[in-house]
Amino acid sequence: MDGAVGAQPLLELTGATVRFGADAALDDVSFRMYPGEVHSLMGENGAGKSTLIKAITGVLPLDAGTLTLDGRAVRFTTPQEAQRAGISTVYQEVELLPNLSVAENILLGREPRSRGVISQRLMRERARQILADLGLDLDPASTLGTHPVAVQQLVAIARAISTDVRVLVLDEPTSSLDLDEVAELFRIIRELRARGVAILFVSHFLDQVYEICDRVTVLRDGALVGEYLTPQLLRIDLVHKMLGREASDFKTRQRGRVEEPDAPVFLSARDVGAAPGIRGADVDLGEGEVVGVAGLLGSGRTELARALTGISRLDTGIIRIEGEPVNLDSPRRAISLGVVYSSENRRSEGILGELSVLDNITLAVQAHRGVLRRMRPARQRELAQSWVEALGIRPPDLDRPAGTLSGGNQQKVMLARLLALAPRVLVLDEPTRGVDVGAKVEIQNLVGELADNGLSVVFISAELDEVLRVGDRVAILREGRIVETLASADMTVDSLLALVASPDEQEV
Amino acid sequence: MSTTTTEAVRVERPTSRVETFLGRHAAMIPTFAAVIILIVLLAGAEAFLRGDFITARNLSALLLDNAYLLILAVGMTFVILTAGIDLSVGSVMAFTGILGAQLLVSGQPVWVAVPAMLAGGAAIGLLIGVLVQYFNVQPFIASLAGLFLARGLAFVVSLSSIRVEEPAVLWLQQTRFRLGDWYLTPTGIIALLTVAVAAFVLHLTRFGRTVYAIGGNEQSARLMGLDVARTKVAAYVISGFCGGLAGLALTAYSGAGYPRNGIGTELDAIAAVVIGGTLLTGGRGYVLGSLIGVLVFGTIKTIISFMGAEQSWMQIIVGALLLLFIVVQRVIVSRSERRR
Repeated sequence: MDGAVGAQPLLELTGATVRFGADAALDDVSFRMYPGEVHSLMGENGAGKSTLIKAITGVLPLDAGTLTLDGRAVRFTTPQEAQRAGISTVYQEVELLPNLSVAENILLGREPRSRGVISQRLMRERARQILADLGLDLDPASTLGTHPVAVQQLVAIARAISTDVRVLVLDEPTSSLDLDEVAELFRIIRELRARGVAILFVSHFLDQVYEICDRVTVLRDGALVGEYLTPQLLRIDLVHKMLGREASDFKTRQRGRVEEPDAPVFLSARDVGAAPGIRGADVDLGEGEVVGVAGLLGSGRTELARALTGISRLDTGIIRIEGEPVNLDSPRRAISLGVVYSSENRRSEGILGELSVLDNITLAVQAHRGVLRRMRPARQRELAQSWVEALGIRPPDLDRPAGTLSGGNQQKVMLARLLALAPRVLVLDEPTRGVDVGAKVEIQNLVGELADNGLSVVFISAELDEVLRVGDRVAILREGRIVETLASADMTVDSLLALVASPDEQEV
Repeated sequence: MSTTTTEAVRVERPTSRVETFLGRHAAMIPTFAAVIILIVLLAGAEAFLRGDFITARNLSALLLDNAYLLILAVGMTFVILTAGIDLSVGSVMAFTGILGAQLLVSGQPVWVAVPAMLAGGAAIGLLIGVLVQYFNVQPFIASLAGLFLARGLAFVVSLSSIRVEEPAVLWLQQTRFRLGDWYLTPTGIIALLTVAVAAFVLHLTRFGRTVYAIGGNEQSARLMGLDVARTKVAAYVISGFCGGLAGLALTAYSGAGYPRNGIGTELDAIAAVVIGGTLLTGGRGYVLGSLIGVLVFGTIKTIISFMGAEQSWMQIIVGALLLLFIVVQRVIVSRSERRR
């Protein structure tokens, strides 16, 4: 697919610089995209990926450098101008209108008219055509919000390509999709590539980048590291280029527990059922053990976590802590028994973005103590400071609003908040989602260290290699049931993948 | 990763007609519920009053008595669909009413007085819209400021009631287009026309769809290249304009302008819109629903006065209905979210 070499780039950015105050978010970066090619932009958070995307989609102006499209210099001041020139963007969070119909979501803004008024009939027909081109069979008159997020994402792509698209920017399009849905998305990407569209695919998932991308541009700290053909770049080299340090930082955790079947079970769940969708789940969590949870999106990963931490009510089954049956009927009760939960939705159910790092860390402790036993401010700072140092939260500024930190550091702030409660069981739901590679490794290592200090951890992740690396044992979820719990030493990513996929999809 | 050949798409087509319908029109359910409530109310009153209630006279009067409220509710529907609120309309109605009466009494012709009323209402709407859109003021606060401003202006115009003897206004007041025992008044026609125009604008123009889009997700609407700023301001201007039009209808109905008119009427309008199935969170609802809401509201009022009960019962019943509807809407919204 790199037959485009030698052709003229469709889009070319030369010497691009974007400054925020004194800091250069993008410093003299050159970047090019060829027609009929999938290009990936890689880098840690803060490397300048989103700034670059914003520069080519007209959201941010260039302070220096030029942008050419088809060899002609262009300058976009609004996203609409870029769109008119054929550059469409699909954002990470689905940015559509859940209350309107699928057809309107695709065509609003250039809706077909008859006799001066919007024709719903023409609009539905046109939308059906566009969806059919993508191989999607969807009722265009149905309300968008009634469809799953993955379908909504595909509708967003349908909207993006329904114009005369030449450059399609996909910013983290797969972060909320499961394997099947990713395959579906990739089929569409390949089709667009065959039509000669230049596609910019930004993702944290290395696997996906290697599967779909022809070319990779790596950024680090706002500067260009280089442009490579994907097949010629080893994964380890790519990570090295992104991080600027050796990949041997991936510590493999000492696994002691597997060989000690007598390690006391701290929390045990038997035949746990909870709406929606968890049935007959058995979990045993030893002291100092990390149990990874692997499963597809919709297999009940989050539901399991919520059932174990008192957020969802149990319909059936029983949970014992140190052999004693407990009734976890609220998060508050669970916390007092030492069971804490970190949500996958960092923004909506975790970090209070406008409050300071200090407040975010001390919040739960204070809530747990109650209003009458207020911590002295000095004590609060001391406590927060110690966690900031212990977890390596950067920048180590207690008074900064937590929302301004990078994803990885926000995650650490959430961890600090929970750890300050001195829990016995930590249930982490997707703690590394949307986090850059470096911070991901730090969080993984941290979980290992916590477990070595006797904390029991349930570690949920969509990335199978991560689950394997972090977990002592892995519980495999399928359609709301734990189908198997195996020692991770006995598995490879491939064998785990086979277990996670349902039997009739084991064509891998 | 998984293999690359996927041919069929897993998007499930709705299997039954019911599912297709729900997929398309779930937002209509609260409005249907309002229709059912209306039918139950009418039938109940008919049974209770032994056939004296559902008469051509009563039903015709229902529209006449509530024409001003219907006009306000139409304007309010625009604002609520953008997830805003307009508390000023009751006062705007009083201000424009007394303004028009004063202009007419001081000898201005109708073609000056009526446009002045409409422009006055629209101007207050514009002020609120600009505050909301460009100064980022909460709609609640911005329209509260509009409420006090309009009420104050009404008292500036006159402290007491002004009778209107102008022939054109008398015509509005007294004309009855009859068909058997049924009749329509010019104000009723104006109100129904307002509904029709609003329904047309909301469903068949880009402006109308943008109103819905803003209520769905303002940020998305902006990224989709829709003109969010202008549309949002325009929604408040429309609401203010409807306030002016309601001022005209009320002046014609009562034969006078009075600066204390319409205290709390904005809340009646909001109640009617909500009972008619429009979500206060915006983006879902129909202007025809607001028509139903106003009719429910008016029917309750009529029933109470027929039964000779205390007027306070009116408020208790409307309050209870409102509560019921908001709960029903919550359930519908949370169910449709769970389906995703």
